Amino acid sequence: MTTLHDTTTTAPHDSAVATPPVLEARGLSVGYDRRAVLSDLDLRIERGTVTTFLGANGCGKSTLLKAFGRVLKPIAGEVHLDGVPIRKEPNRAVARKLAILPQSPAAPAGTSVLDLVMRGRNPHQSWARPWTAEDAGVAEEAIAATGLTEVAHRDVASLSGGQRQRAWIALVLAQRADTLLLDEPTTYLDLAHQLDVLRLVRRINRDQGSTVVMVLHDLSLAARYSDRLVVLHDGGVVADGSPVDVLTPEVLQSAFGLHARVVPDPVTGAPMVVPEADEHDVSGLAADANLG
Amino acid sequence: MSAVDTARAVDTARAADTADTVRATRKGISIGPVGLAWRPRVFWLTIAAVAAALLLVVLGVAIGSTWIAPGTVVRSLLGLGTGPDAFIVQTLRLPRVLTGALVGLTLAVAGALTQTFTRNPLGTPDIIGVTSGASVGAVAAVVIGGGTYAVGAVVLGSRIPVAATIGALIAAAVVYGLGWRGGVQSYRLVLVGIGVSATLDAVTSYLLVRAQITQAAAASQWLVGSLSSTSWASVWPLLIVAAVAVPVALATSASLGIGQLGDEVAVGVGLAIQRHRLLVIALAVVLTAAAVAAAGPVGFVAFVVPQIALRLAGTNRPPLLLSAALGAVLVLAADLLARSAFPWQVPVGIVTTVIGAPYLIWLLIRHRKEMSR
Repeated sequence: MTTLHDTTTTAPHDSAVATPPVLEARGLSVGYDRRAVLSDLDLRIERGTVTTFLGANGCGKSTLLKAFGRVLKPIAGEVHLDGVPIRKEPNRAVARKLAILPQSPAAPAGTSVLDLVMRGRNPHQSWARPWTAEDAGVAEEAIAATGLTEVAHRDVASLSGGQRQRAWIALVLAQRADTLLLDEPTTYLDLAHQLDVLRLVRRINRDQGSTVVMVLHDLSLAARYSDRLVVLHDGGVVADGSPVDVLTPEVLQSAFGLHARVVPDPVTGAPMVVPEADEHDVSGLAADANLG
Repeated sequence: MSAVDTARAVDTARAADTADTVRATRKGISIGPVGLAWRPRVFWLTIAAVAAALLLVVLGVAIGSTWIAPGTVVRSLLGLGTGPDAFIVQTLRLPRVLTGALVGLTLAVAGALTQTFTRNPLGTPDIIGVTSGASVGAVAAVVIGGGTYAVGAVVLGSRIPVAATIGALIAAAVVYGLGWRGGVQSYRLVLVGIGVSATLDAVTSYLLVRAQITQAAAASQWLVGSLSSTSWASVWPLLIVAAVAVPVALATSASLGIGQLGDEVAVGVGLAIQRHRLLVIALAVVLTAAAVAAAGPVGFVAFVVPQIALRLAGTNRPPLLLSAALGAVLVLAADLLARSAFPWQVPVGIVTTVIGAPYLIWLLIRHRKEMSR
């Protein structure tokens, strides 16, 4: 594992040491067809934080999230949820504590928002306890929280991209799990809708104390909406810590092969990545702007 | 303030918040206590389909070489009839009609299960190899063990269904086994199923080519699906399988709906996906094997009926009970046509295809018009 400067492996809150981390990877190797994409990884996710995995295409960030979400069986090592090996617990019990949103999920035609969101109540139901008024209440609340009450009876396929993504997030919310794993929740959305989704995620984290782990592509948005960034490259973690510590030109160069400058976002002060100009994009405007 | 304290403070706020939000949003959407199980449209369609099936049972018994008045039919069905009419109803016609209804019901439910679980309208039970396996078994029983047609016909009464069932179960087990790769994925299962079915169909063709002409004729009649050699012995196994497998299928309904959202979402909301998949496949295999053993691979029912039910109901997957009732309706209607509309006997499997396929095409065209409007 190559280690760059500034790699913070300690937990952000040392006072929380008494309780086990929500999620913990121990000696984790994950990949496909026994070919490891990430090897011998140790990573702790602390309660109540928003953590984002970053990295170039194929670096294994989605793979890691799938292993955390017990969707992918590790080649070696284990993922622990609340201190218990996640694969040893009944799937339904895990689903009450951990909700996952895969990349570009699809619902069959004829599925209404309500149909979809109600599925989130599955881990709370059983033969002895079928659908109840409480389930209905939670589903309605999840739909309201994502601003979809008006379209609750509409076919998911007929919604706009942003609404559709929020419907899936509502499904995850209806699960009432304290930890949410979101794999590229902003894919295929325009900037305004990306912001919608990320603000919603932040709000859930703030209001409900949820732990969020997600994969994002947009570095500046990741910095703006995360407490912690974990950059993956070449089979391991190359940088881990607060956005300010992690998003440096050196990390961008080594992990993404990106020649970029990092400036404070004029609105929030969060680090913002601005690619350096090369000969193709030096227009008069760009050249002037870069001087400032 | 530590993370724990923060979480605790937020928790308290959240509890208070939640109560308010529930009250506020309660009037927004009404779900009702039963949740999504209650859909009036599906309910009334199912009632109508069941009524149609019952009507067709009575008609199917009434119509034949001699006409028996529906009143007499109903009395005989209730066990109140006497004389030759009661004999015709109870011994000759009723087993055939009941077999037809049950074959339609089991095939349609099997089709609804596999189409939902493969998330593909082409995902009929055929692709799990059941039909091809049953065909090899049945044709082998005719060709290898059958002797001459006349002798065969007597023996076959029990031999074909047994051979077909064994063939179906072995083929399904082989497909499931080959599809296994640390778990079974529906896509892989479909591909393996197509391969195994093609291989088995080649075996069937070879057996037919090698057979004597009378055996080949008997085997071919079986292969298109026919109700002409049914008796009470065909009814009981079907009835038992339907009585066990259909309620179990209904109980998996919620899991089927979750499975449709993809493997990752399904695991995410706590579905034990491999167990669910094995159960659904086992149900589809048993239902199909029972139907095929009784009447041969009656064409198209498992494919077309769930699709018709889906389009009539406007749901996101074929409703199981509606599919079951419509399956019975299709096979009963087809058998009635096969027996009465032509001067000669037409195998029911040909008629189900001839009336089922155009109806599906008509539904597709009508649906497209609605969409473009």
